[in-house]
Amino acid sequence: MPRASKRKAAPASSSSVTAPPPDQSRSRTAKATSKTRLKESDQIDNLFDTYANSSLGQIDPEGIETLCSDMKVEYTDVRILMLAWKMKAQRQGYFTKDEWQAGMKALKANTLLKLVKTLSELKKEAEAPQNFEDFYSFAFKYCLTEEKQKGVDIESTCELLKIVLGYQFPSQVDSLVEYLKVQKDYKVINKDQWMGFLRFCKEISFPDMANYDENQAWPLILDNFVDWKKQKSGGR
Amino acid sequence: MERKVIELDQGWDYMQKGITKLKRILEGSVEQFNSEEYMMLYTTIYNMCTQKPPHDYSQQLYDKYKDSFEEYISSTVLPAIREKHDEFMLRELVKRWGNHKLMVRWLSRFFHYLDRYFIARRSLPALNEVGLTCFRSLFFRQNFDTFCILIQIDKEREGEQIDKALLKNVLDIFVEIGMGQMDCYEQDFEAPMLEDTGVYYSHKASSWILDDSCPAYMLKSEECLKKERDRVAHYLHSSSEAKLVEKVQHELLVNFSTQLLEKENSGCRALLRDDKVDDLSRMYRLYHKIPKGLDPVATIFKQHITAEGMLLVQQAEDAASNQVILSFEFLFFDSQVLIRKVIELHDKYLAYVSDCFQNHTLFHKAMKEAFEIFCNKTVGGSPSAELLATFCDNILKKGGSEKLSDEAIEDILEKVVKLLAYISDKDLFAEFYRKKLARRLLFERSANEEHEKSILTKLKQQCGGQFTSKMEGMVTDLTLAKDNQNEFENYLSNNPNAHPGIDLSVNVLTTGFWPSYKSSDLNLPSEMVRGVQVFKEFYDTKSKHRKLTWIYSLGSCQLIGNFEAKKIEMVVSTYQAAILLLFNTSDRLSYSEIMTQSNLGHEDLVRLLHSLSCAKYKILIKEPISKTVSPNDIFEFNPKFTDRMRRIKIPLPVVDERKKVVEDVDKDRRYAIDAAIVRIMKSRKVLGHQQLVSECVEQLSRMFKPDIKAIKKRMEDLIARDYLERDKENANLFRYLA
Repeated sequence: MPRASKRKAAPASSSSVTAPPPDQSRSRTAKATSKTRLKESDQIDNLFDTYANSSLGQIDPEGIETLCSDMKVEYTDVRILMLAWKMKAQRQGYFTKDEWQAGMKALKANTLLKLVKTLSELKKEAEAPQNFEDFYSFAFKYCLTEEKQKGVDIESTCELLKIVLGYQFPSQVDSLVEYLKVQKDYKVINKDQWMGFLRFCKEISFPDMANYDENQAWPLILDNFVDWKKQKSGGR
Repeated sequence: MERKVIELDQGWDYMQKGITKLKRILEGSVEQFNSEEYMMLYTTIYNMCTQKPPHDYSQQLYDKYKDSFEEYISSTVLPAIREKHDEFMLRELVKRWGNHKLMVRWLSRFFHYLDRYFIARRSLPALNEVGLTCFRSLFFRQNFDTFCILIQIDKEREGEQIDKALLKNVLDIFVEIGMGQMDCYEQDFEAPMLEDTGVYYSHKASSWILDDSCPAYMLKSEECLKKERDRVAHYLHSSSEAKLVEKVQHELLVNFSTQLLEKENSGCRALLRDDKVDDLSRMYRLYHKIPKGLDPVATIFKQHITAEGMLLVQQAEDAASNQVILSFEFLFFDSQVLIRKVIELHDKYLAYVSDCFQNHTLFHKAMKEAFEIFCNKTVGGSPSAELLATFCDNILKKGGSEKLSDEAIEDILEKVVKLLAYISDKDLFAEFYRKKLARRLLFERSANEEHEKSILTKLKQQCGGQFTSKMEGMVTDLTLAKDNQNEFENYLSNNPNAHPGIDLSVNVLTTGFWPSYKSSDLNLPSEMVRGVQVFKEFYDTKSKHRKLTWIYSLGSCQLIGNFEAKKIEMVVSTYQAAILLLFNTSDRLSYSEIMTQSNLGHEDLVRLLHSLSCAKYKILIKEPISKTVSPNDIFEFNPKFTDRMRRIKIPLPVVDERKKVVEDVDKDRRYAIDAAIVRIMKSRKVLGHQQLVSECVEQLSRMFKPDIKAIKKRMEDLIARDYLERDKENANLFRYLA
């Protein structure tokens, strides 16, 4: 019988032992029970059902929050975003059954424990040079919650930058975030600008920015950022 | 009978006698050769050549022929020349050369038979050639130096008289001895001569450049070049002219070009400053043959004009900022002065370009670039485009500050249009011009229709049809409007019931041609409401599909004011009339009451009430009395108002339209940039960033100079709207999305 108050009703399938236990006792129970050897895909499904909003048929933000706390990972941790990326989740805050299944299979995780374990692998995978741009691009798209929405507001962009790039390019992100908050030209950041930020961090030496050439096709917001930064540091 | 064989020694002995005689003749003897002697000598050679071997002595005779010359030259000729000096040596040389030619002529006649067969068969040099070559190799090749010739030349340069004919003869030797080639002349004379010339002028130039002023130096240079050319005509070979001139130019003009042109107080800058047209013309003449010689002159010219232009701008700017009362009229006045002065500057330097600088493209370009620099400066807050438009307005409107003849006006308009070429924001000019043209047309302030049409033609020629199409539309509209008004009046006379009770005339304008005007929701006075209605009914009979939008802000009205002293007719704007007519129903109205009843906004209301109560004609009395209108004021009709005129015009100060114009133009520019980018990308499909930007700038340059950042912004917008995309591999490359 599940104890935590946020826990949903017991899964439909017969064996309750397949319900993902949050603490060790239950995991032992799960391992110990070998009576019924359910298929991995059923385990994945069961896991899904644990967190899903049954009327919606999807895991909703509340469910994700629960999942996070069960995994002892912050909701704002970049790995959750990476999880969404791996699942190719279309809608921010929601995981469909298909997405969940695909993701879990790709991660080779069928239990919560395994999922937690694979998170660090997942981080490495997302940060690998050949994947990072794809992940970075996904992160932006993931924030476009409204239909036909083309841009992400400044506040959210700043948060996203910190999450996604903060680890690799801390000083650039700090400066960029500072600038984004004071500038008045743009209220929304579009995809092209977003991708530009990554290119900037990768290609431009920082903080001198000596190899930045505003005659090239950098988005205007970055031209303005460079001017602002140079003025701030007194040199021009 | 068999010919007797002549032995070589024998035969040669005989010849030798003849040769000796010839030498005596050359040395001055009066002897002569008679035809018998000649024949004998000739025949001797003939026989010796035609004898059967081993007695055919052609080769030997050929050699001996040559030896004769060598012997004579070495033993007699050379010493004779060498023992003399200077001029005398040259004379001796000429004499001896003459002799030598004679000797060659005679001897080659004697030995002529050799020329006929022997020489051709053995492919040997002809007798004539041999003779000349001997002289050359013995004389020239053995350190004959041209030194004494050069001394003569330098003497002449210093002003002394020399024997030009002698020099010519000497130099002719150099040429003749080349036997068709100029190598002797060039190597043995010309090369040292050029070097000497270089040294000579280098010396002169070094001292002149220090002592002389620029004009004086140039005068001397011109003189020197002329003298050198004369020298060529007198005695040098014509082929030397180009090289000699180049040498002299190099030493005098090229080497010291910078010091000369930049000379303090007399150099190019000073000449321009002091309008020294002759000296400048000379400078042009001297430097224009030299490759890139004119470049520094053109640069100084450009700098000078730019400085003069900037000075005018600065003066105007200072005048503008010194005004205590910074009213629109003051600024207007100064800008007129500025434009006038700029036109004068333009005329002045255009004359320089054509008179001093022979219309050389380099100077046209310098002038153009200079004007482009200062003609785009803002003065007193007004962009130059606005100043120019105001200037035109002033000339074209009635009561403009100038009273000029038609010709003078045409001339000025022509010049103003030329100035437009230097202004980069041509679209801004067009918009200001259009706004002012609208006022002239609608308030019948245009002085002369012909001039209006004429300037439009000139603008069209300069900037293209698109530039003037709207303006032309405006002028046409007015003409049509007159016809329309006639029809309206006919309609009214045919339908007397429809008459609105007031005289109404309406101008129907085509929206696209005219500047945009905001029409406010004025509460039309009842007297006018019927009029508007009637006109609408009339207009509907003419065309069913057109929508009429009434712009009351442009209307004017004639009101009769029934004042105590006398009735006065007042010409006012419709808005002013609307306010005044409110006082037909109430004597006193507060600001807020007026606002409610008229439905006008604060900005308009303050301005209007000011014109009626605080300006020259106080039709209304304002409580409290002050110079400005505030929302707490109360207004009362002023029955005691009077004026000595029966008809007065109550002006409404014009709102400063600059801000709106600039906004409108910026908006249009955004569309223009978008269109240009899409046009370019559609045809190129894929293009790099820098190329796209530069093509964009080029396409738009006819109307304005686009800001690079603005182009970038539009590009980003187009990316967001999926017209373009960035290439995946190369972030600097863009692709057109169909």
